[in-house]
Amino acid sequence: MELQVEIKGGAMLVRLAGEIDLAVADTLRTSLEEELDRNPGVRNIVINLGGVRYIDSSGLGVLLGRYRRISGDGGRMFIVGASPQVRRIVEMSGLLNIMQEFPSEADALNHAG
Amino acid sequence: MEPVNRMRVEFTSLPANVAFARVAAAAFASQLDFTLNDLEEIKVAVSEAVTNAIVHGYENSAGGTVVLAVEIRKNTLKIVVEDTGKGIEDMEKALQPAYSTDPERMGLGFAFMQSFSDSLKVESKPNAGTRVTMTKVCARKASSPAGR
Repeated sequence: MELQVEIKGGAMLVRLAGEIDLAVADTLRTSLEEELDRNPGVRNIVINLGGVRYIDSSGLGVLLGRYRRISGDGGRMFIVGASPQVRRIVEMSGLLNIMQEFPSEADALNHAG
Repeated sequence: MEPVNRMRVEFTSLPANVAFARVAAAAFASQLDFTLNDLEEIKVAVSEAVTNAIVHGYENSAGGTVVLAVEIRKNTLKIVVEDTGKGIEDMEKALQPAYSTDPERMGLGFAFMQSFSDSLKVESKPNAGTRVTMTKVCARKASSPAGR
């Protein structure tokens, strides 16, 4: 798994790549929690899944956990770049009912920043 | 009589082996004429079953053994994932979508397994282990009886 984080105003942009399953879930969870702790001004999170080849419920659980953290303070989470296969899993999980999907990072950041 | 093609592997209950299990199962399954989409579904179903074995069966301890057995009979793939961990106390609850004992987990493991297979059977005994059996029929006929 590869993880890249950028802070853009009040938004945290997270670019994920590789396979997101049980083997990397703890690392991803810890990294995102540390970034959120370091950047208390972050209100919204944009997750770019463009480089993700595989995700299952372990990876989706990490996203849901961070969504729960920011939504408590009125924050929102946005999804961009999911491949058809990854998008299908995200959609089946119900996450697209609570997270908005955008066609590009720029569009998502316009709403999130 | 139709030959049956089988494979069986056992591995330590380590998170790193989830990827191994799904890739091994999908590689074996590819002897049938499954579509790429079907193979992706098989990967997710196997990952969820193995993840359950590690996280719930062995409570994230690396001391357990997970067995993955896959069988091709005619155009049907049968996948068995088995552990000898703590088992499931309340099967009805465990099979409910979005039920999880861990707030960091989605509780969708069985829902994904059910969606991505044609049949799902879960057998479990508290303190004895859990055996998950899934089947998936390949819509396109393979070019030889036990696979391509």
